[in-house]
Amino acid sequence: MTSRVSEVGGEKAGTRLSGSQIVCESLLRAGVDVLFGIPGGAAIPFYDVLLEYPFRHVLVRHEQAAAHAADGFGRATGRPGVCVATSGPGATNLVTGIATAFLDSSPMVIITAQVPTSYIGKDAFQEIDITGITLPITKHNYLVESVHEVGRVMKEAFHIAGTGRPGPVLVDLPKNVLTDHSIWDPVEPLKLLGYRPTLFGHRAQIRRAAQMINGARKPVIVAGRGVIISGASEQLLKLAETAHIPVATTLLGIGAFPETHDLSLGMLGMHGELSANRAISEADVLLALGMRYDDRATGKVSAFAPNAQIIHVDVDPAEIGKNVRVNIPIVGDVKNTLSVLINEISPADRSDWVAEIETWKTIPRNGQILNGSPTAEGVMTALRDVTKGQAMIVTDVGQNQMWAAKNYCYTRPNSFISSGGLGTMGFGLPAAIGVKIGCPDEDVWVISGDGGFQMNLQELSTIAQEKLELKIIILNNGYLGMVRQWQELFYHSRYSQTKITGPDYVKLAEAYGIPAYRVEKAEDVASTLEKVARTPGAVIAEFVIPPEANVFPMIPPGATIEDSLFEEEDE
Amino acid sequence: MTRSHTIVALVEDRKGVLNRVVSLFRRRGFNIESLTVGRTDVPQISRMTIVIHGTDPIVEQLVKQLYKLIEVLKVSEVNVEESVVRELALIKVNATASTRSEIMQIVDIYRANIVDVTRDSVVIEVTGPQAKVDSLVSLLRGFGIKEVARTGHVAMIRGSMATARASTYFQESDWKNAAATQTTSDSY
Repeated sequence: MTSRVSEVGGEKAGTRLSGSQIVCESLLRAGVDVLFGIPGGAAIPFYDVLLEYPFRHVLVRHEQAAAHAADGFGRATGRPGVCVATSGPGATNLVTGIATAFLDSSPMVIITAQVPTSYIGKDAFQEIDITGITLPITKHNYLVESVHEVGRVMKEAFHIAGTGRPGPVLVDLPKNVLTDHSIWDPVEPLKLLGYRPTLFGHRAQIRRAAQMINGARKPVIVAGRGVIISGASEQLLKLAETAHIPVATTLLGIGAFPETHDLSLGMLGMHGELSANRAISEADVLLALGMRYDDRATGKVSAFAPNAQIIHVDVDPAEIGKNVRVNIPIVGDVKNTLSVLINEISPADRSDWVAEIETWKTIPRNGQILNGSPTAEGVMTALRDVTKGQAMIVTDVGQNQMWAAKNYCYTRPNSFISSGGLGTMGFGLPAAIGVKIGCPDEDVWVISGDGGFQMNLQELSTIAQEKLELKIIILNNGYLGMVRQWQELFYHSRYSQTKITGPDYVKLAEAYGIPAYRVEKAEDVASTLEKVARTPGAVIAEFVIPPEANVFPMIPPGATIEDSLFEEEDE
Repeated sequence: MTRSHTIVALVEDRKGVLNRVVSLFRRRGFNIESLTVGRTDVPQISRMTIVIHGTDPIVEQLVKQLYKLIEVLKVSEVNVEESVVRELALIKVNATASTRSEIMQIVDIYRANIVDVTRDSVVIEVTGPQAKVDSLVSLLRGFGIKEVARTGHVAMIRGSMATARASTYFQESDWKNAAATQTTSDSY
């Protein structure tokens, strides 16, 4: 086997190869070592050739999971994750995962097989127009019509997916293109005339921005995922410390700035820290870095940062001025831009401003009630202690996501991985597969609710087969909790279709050969988490939390910070 | 303030490009008033002229979104006052022996042409700004219009400056070689 690998996987430039082989050679060239996928009729020629290549192929149990895993891999490593599916239903099952990656700028290359070109347009068995379907949810996509295009397309796909503002690129390969032969030319130059991302911010704009920051009395920095993608955390820290500017993050910007730092304001937005939102409301200058002003971050746009001059740095020019007015736009990579900006920043002492914000900070409720049931906040703070705040946390979507975002105290870029833009329930478990495979030396913990967990629980089988060391926490409240919270707060507690049952998770885990614990008492939270951390391999811990706990504070959708809702005081 | 904007885009002549552009308009909620597409002097590059209604910031956002399409090379808004803007229309009108000469007089005034005649109809070809075509169509209405086919606007800025020059993107030697190997031209 190994000899065949070196034979085929080696230098094949200038030789005649099948489309499938050219795909594999291209993957090798792109530095890919793992694929997530499921074979199927049209994809068999590709899977046949795959036997001769040294890739790790992770056989997921549903294609949606392949896309989420590739997405998780891409987020965690910064390199495009690769997923593979067959034509028709294989391809359509990927769609939610592709859209999730697209909304959160995650680098990904999707390979789908297609019916032979002669059948296209004939409604053949398992034929679907996947390039048409994914047009608005990919950064770019290709239907490859000739084997002679395969090498160029694969090269372009990785280039487009991984550069500028990253995103998913889909390559649809008809079966005959996979079996036809062509000369493999790996050095064919890229000819992307219409794709030249602006990576370096305009010097004059950066100088203007520096002057504005130097003159600010109450500046605030908002760090988005662009800071993490461009690897600008170090520059951000230096800027914040030099100019003495407090830093808030978006949901996906969590980890871009250490939450243990004196200048950290935590997360902004609908469920953000009151002090972060208030600081933005009072700010005279706002420096927004690699973020896109999602409505969950801004609330009512017209009331967002009403007193601030806004500097917006983003690699995607279309994000600038899209939702929020901007005074100084800077199109460019955040790291490159900050590296230049920092030289023009005067050291400053803004203690008065920082102290003023400090008075707005509320004491975090860790929610741990001894002798009662475990609370989500209590589980997260205990997890922080058990893992010393050093784990990678992959969340699902909903209340669990917000609790995980707010109660762990993240200090490292990429230590919080979550579906922000699309808000995809069912993301956590399969995404964690990709995160763990991308970062095998990290401790990876999944935080999921019982609703989202049941959306992709088939992947426990993949996790068992791949022997992945994933620690899985299910916060079980027997509800689709976030929807229930909205129904309680905004729909007069009319709980419509949000009460949900589930299996016995311990028995379920046992069926997959995965050890599991069920925790019903707050006092058992920490010791169970210790046990989970010590147990090798995958482990599940289910925490039975109060059924109707809410995430607070909360700014109702489309409202302002003045309309914030808080937890009612217990007696 | 919403007003009419005329946008010229140079795009790579590849399969599905028109679909991408039109999908983008639909996705972002823009209504296209007219869209024309045709070849340029460089075989790999097509030129689109798109007329849309919208506010200035919305059109600015649209231009940025167009640039995000990989095959879009150049997007520019043309100021209609500084440009030559034309459309072509074919109009089939009822024309009997008694009305034909009156129609021909109108056609003359508009410097249009009659390009087909039968015993009871004529086909008129007219080019000009939209207003001119509108006005001819409305004058002919009285005779009974059978069919109208209009191309929508094409536009080009006046003077020696070129805002959307296709040959910037390909050397002549490039496209001559490429053209020799190109087998299909109708790739929309």
